[in-house]
Amino acid sequence: MQTLKIVVTGPFSSGKTEFIQAISEIDVVSTERKITRESERLKSQTTVAMDFGRITIDEDLILYLFGTPGQKRFNFMWEILSEGMLGFVVMVDSTRPETFREARRILDTFRSYSPVPYIVAANKQDVDDAWPPDDLRIVLRVESGVKVVPCVASDKETVKQVLLELLYSILELIDND
Amino acid sequence: MALKGKLEDFGITQLLNLINLARKTGTLHLQGPDRAAHLCFREGKLVYAAAEGVEDYLPIVLQRAGVFTADHVRMIRENMAGRSDQDIAKVLITSGRLKQQVVLGHIREHVLNLVYQVFSWNRGSFRFEPSELPVQGRITTSIALENVIMEGSRRLKEWELLRDELPDLDIALKFAERPTTPLRDINLSVEEWRVISFINPRNTIRQVAQYNNMDELQIRKIVYSLLQAGLVEMVRPHYRPASSPAAAAKSSGGGTPKPVVAAEMRRPAVKRGIIQKLIQRIREL
Repeated sequence: MQTLKIVVTGPFSSGKTEFIQAISEIDVVSTERKITRESERLKSQTTVAMDFGRITIDEDLILYLFGTPGQKRFNFMWEILSEGMLGFVVMVDSTRPETFREARRILDTFRSYSPVPYIVAANKQDVDDAWPPDDLRIVLRVESGVKVVPCVASDKETVKQVLLELLYSILELIDND
Repeated sequence: MALKGKLEDFGITQLLNLINLARKTGTLHLQGPDRAAHLCFREGKLVYAAAEGVEDYLPIVLQRAGVFTADHVRMIRENMAGRSDQDIAKVLITSGRLKQQVVLGHIREHVLNLVYQVFSWNRGSFRFEPSELPVQGRITTSIALENVIMEGSRRLKEWELLRDELPDLDIALKFAERPTTPLRDINLSVEEWRVISFINPRNTIRQVAQYNNMDELQIRKIVYSLLQAGLVEMVRPHYRPASSPAAAAKSSGGGTPKPVVAAEMRRPAVKRGIIQKLIQRIREL
């Protein structure tokens, strides 16, 4: 049995849990807790350990999706989660520019852990004041070869598209190698 | 009895406030994260500052300010060996080589630069020795602390922002493959060029700073501006850093190192067929 891992990361409340829930074939194993900090009181609960979703490919192959904890005080878990990942998705709430700097910091940190392909998912593209993916590319300083894909974390089709684009990038890398 | 304690409990701003309000005279000895500094005060005003690793011999201060060349300094060292800074300043002023205001201005700038550097020290220890003043022969100044505290706090905020933007100095830099700004439109300062000449995925930012004798604030400022201009990108160091950045620069082609383009993204250790299976399955979901 072979298992593969894709990490879904991003700032607090960017939609990571929802993203994994939208596509996982099992109920997401998620350790949600009530928010205690005033500054993080954007939603009633947050992921304190990690989200864990699964997609069975065939009887010998399983893809796991790991969501990183959103709150800064759990950053110590990032490196552990990133070990052996196939690639990673950086979720960004396109309607909250105040989180873009944090998104960039997370992106740079994950890039430094492992130079695997990654993709930026511009979440909440269904909201009127969402920043367009092209603008997000500029503010997040995303390299030209890396995709910034529009996404709505609650919509399975757009979640599928994000994962597919990441896998295409991986395939491209293998082909060019 | 000397005031003493930890910087974690009583920060630089609070110490300077105390010295200012109590109009204290004496020397504040600070032991920071990696070096020591000494700030002298007379009746609540900053009169002198010195730090480990920063030579405060007057000709060197003037050389750093661009007033003297290395040759000037060597000549003064030879001709005025053993003479104090005050004696050297008197000779320079009476001979018409420099004006008094110029000398005092550069001393003031030197003292302020040192003080602003210690503002970022948030751990270490301090000891205030009342009545202890700089040794005879040093040129002192007199700077009101209110402005120092305000400017220091502003720089501290800037420092925190830069630290947030560039949390890890053990990361390396590489030249952007497609700079966002046309190279011909870019004007770099001498310091920026010094940093640029060591950009190589083998050199961490920390090593580049050490080689150029820059403190963390200076290197962060320069790297941040280069990143903002889209000239460089952060990369994980290629392998264990060379013994010195100079060696690494040399090994990559001499004075102007050829940019080493990192194989940024590594091919995952899976077969093509596996990825195709994943794609197929996700399409079906």
